[in-house]
Amino acid sequence: MAPEEITELLKKEFGEFIVGSKFDTAHPRVGVRADAWPEVARFLRDDSRTGFNMLRCVTALDLLEDDTLCAEYDLHAIRAPKSGAAPYELIHGICIEVSVPRNNPRIPSVADVWRAADWHEREAYDLMGIIFENHPDSMIGPNGKHPRRILCPDDWVGHPLRKDYLFPMEYHGIPAVTEMGQTRPVH
Amino acid sequence: MADVVLEALPDINADLSAEMLADPQQDFPTEEMLVNMGPQHPATHGVLRVVLRTDGEMVLEAVPHLGYLHRCAEKIGETLAPYQYIPYTDRMDYLAGMNNNLAFAEACEKLSGLEAEISQRAKLIRIIFAELNRIASHLVAFGTYGLDLGAFTPFLYAFREREYILDLFESTCGARLTYSYITIGGVTDDLPDKFVDVTREFLDYFEPKVIEYNNLLTHNHIFVKRTANVGVITKKDAIDYALTGPVLRGSGIQWDLRKLPGSGYEDFDFEIPFGRGEKGAVGDCWDRYYVRICEMQESVKIIRQALDRLAGTEGQEVTHKKGKTLKLPADEIYHEIENPRGQLGFMIRGNGSVIPDRVKARGPSFCNLSVTERVCSGVLLGDMAAIIGSIDVVMGEVDR
Repeated sequence: MAPEEITELLKKEFGEFIVGSKFDTAHPRVGVRADAWPEVARFLRDDSRTGFNMLRCVTALDLLEDDTLCAEYDLHAIRAPKSGAAPYELIHGICIEVSVPRNNPRIPSVADVWRAADWHEREAYDLMGIIFENHPDSMIGPNGKHPRRILCPDDWVGHPLRKDYLFPMEYHGIPAVTEMGQTRPVH
Repeated sequence: MADVVLEALPDINADLSAEMLADPQQDFPTEEMLVNMGPQHPATHGVLRVVLRTDGEMVLEAVPHLGYLHRCAEKIGETLAPYQYIPYTDRMDYLAGMNNNLAFAEACEKLSGLEAEISQRAKLIRIIFAELNRIASHLVAFGTYGLDLGAFTPFLYAFREREYILDLFESTCGARLTYSYITIGGVTDDLPDKFVDVTREFLDYFEPKVIEYNNLLTHNHIFVKRTANVGVITKKDAIDYALTGPVLRGSGIQWDLRKLPGSGYEDFDFEIPFGRGEKGAVGDCWDRYYVRICEMQESVKIIRQALDRLAGTEGQEVTHKKGKTLKLPADEIYHEIENPRGQLGFMIRGNGSVIPDRVKARGPSFCNLSVTERVCSGVLLGDMAAIIGSIDVVMGEVDR
C-alpha cells in the first residue's frame, strides 16, 4: 500500500487521533497523537492489511520553531515468499510521526509492540529527553520515572541533542575547557 | 613409647540433613554471583561491558552497558556541512569505512536530487569498493571469531588476505582504514593505473582461499561443537528486534537491501546466503558465521561483474562539482543501505542551507547488540564469547 492508502486506513480506524500527514517529501509520514500511539502501533503490527513487523529506526527531532519534540518511527513490512526459494519481499514502508510539547515531552512506549523500540527509545530519552512512559527499562530520576540512559552516564545533566543544550563546564572534576582557555562553543 | 591413639576423623557430612544427602543436586550448593565482562575483554571486540548474573557456570542474565566510545556524532553532524561530515562516518564502523561513506553520501544525494547526475563510472567504482570492504570486514569477523574460540591460525590467514585489499585501497585513496573516498557526488579520485588488473588478480587469488578457510575452521570438529546449537535466534525474534545483515540472514530470513529496486545492484547476479541449520538449529552461531563466509564469495561475484562493466566508462567524470557546496533542501529523508553488519541508515533533515538541522545514524551493530539480553539468558559462561562474537559488533558504531 502507498503511504496515502495507509493514512486513509488509519483515519478510518482511529479518526481524530491521526493528525496531519506529509506526502510531498522524500520521507512520507503520518502524524499520530501521542495518547493513541500504542493502540495504533498494535494495529499497524497485527492487522493483515498493514503488517508492519519491523521497526527500523526511531529518530528524535527537536523542532525549536514549533516548540515541539518529535519522534519518527520508520517501519517496514516484510514477509516470507509464497514459494520456498525466493527472498523475503518488502510489502511497504511508512514513517509515523509523534509530536509532543517541548515542556512536557511524554510518549507512551511501544517496546512491548516491537522489541527493537527498547534501545531506540532509551537512546531518544538519553540524547533528546523524550520520556517514554511505561518503558520496560525505567528508573526513577529527580523528575519522575524515565527510561534508563544508554550512551551517556546515568548522572549526566541535560540531553545533548536539544537545540538549546548547554555544554557542561566540567564533569566530575574533568574540565571541559580547551587549551586556549575558552569554553566549548554553544551550538 | 606411648601408644598413639588415632582419633576418628569428623564426618564431613555431619551437618547435612538426610534429605540433602539424598538429593544429588544439593551436593554443591551454589550461589549467584555478578561477573563483569569487559569493557577491556578481548572477546567483546572493543569497549563493550556486559554484566553477567551467574550461578556456577550458567549465565542467568546478561545486561550490556554501552557508551564508552560515545562521541555524539549526531550533534557534530548538526554543525558541519555534509561534505565535511564524511570523515566522521568512517569512524563509526571503522572496519567498513567505504560502506559508511556510501550510506551518508547516498542519503544526501537522494535528498538533494543529485543522484541522477552521478556518472555510471562513479557508481561502479562505489560498488567495487563497497564489496571489497565487505570482504575485508567479513575477514576480520571470521578471523577474530576463531580467535574468540581459541583458534589462532585463521586470524593470521584472514589478515594476510585483508592486507591485499587494504593495499588496493591505499593505492586508490592513500588511506588504509578511514578512507573518506566515497563522497557526495561520486568518489574523490579516479582509479589508479592497472587497478582493474590487480583487483582481478586478487580475486583469482582469493576465491580458493575461502575453501581453505572452510577446511581450516568452518568444518573443524571443535569449532562446530562450540558454535552449533549455541545462541539460537528464532525468526520471530530476529524480526521483532529488527536485526539486520548476517545476523538476520543467519536466522533463515533471506532479506537483503541490495535486492530491492533502487539499490544500484539490480542488474548484478548474486545470491543471498541464509542460515539453513546445517550443523544444528537454524539461527545458531554457526549459521551466522557461515553466512559471512558465503557472502564473501557472493561479493567476489559482484566485483567481477562490476569490473567487466568498467570497460567503456573511461573518461567519465567521477567527482561531481556540486558535491562540496551541496545545499540540502528543507526536507528530510531516511535512507538505508546494506552494510557488512546490517542496515546502516541515515536520517537527514535539511533547512535550505549548507548545514543540516539533524543527522541521525541507525547503526546495525547497535540494533543487533540489543538481542544479547534475550539470547544470553540461560547459556553457559563459555558460550558468551561465542554468541557475542557471532553477532560481530563494532563498538564505534554502537556508541557513535
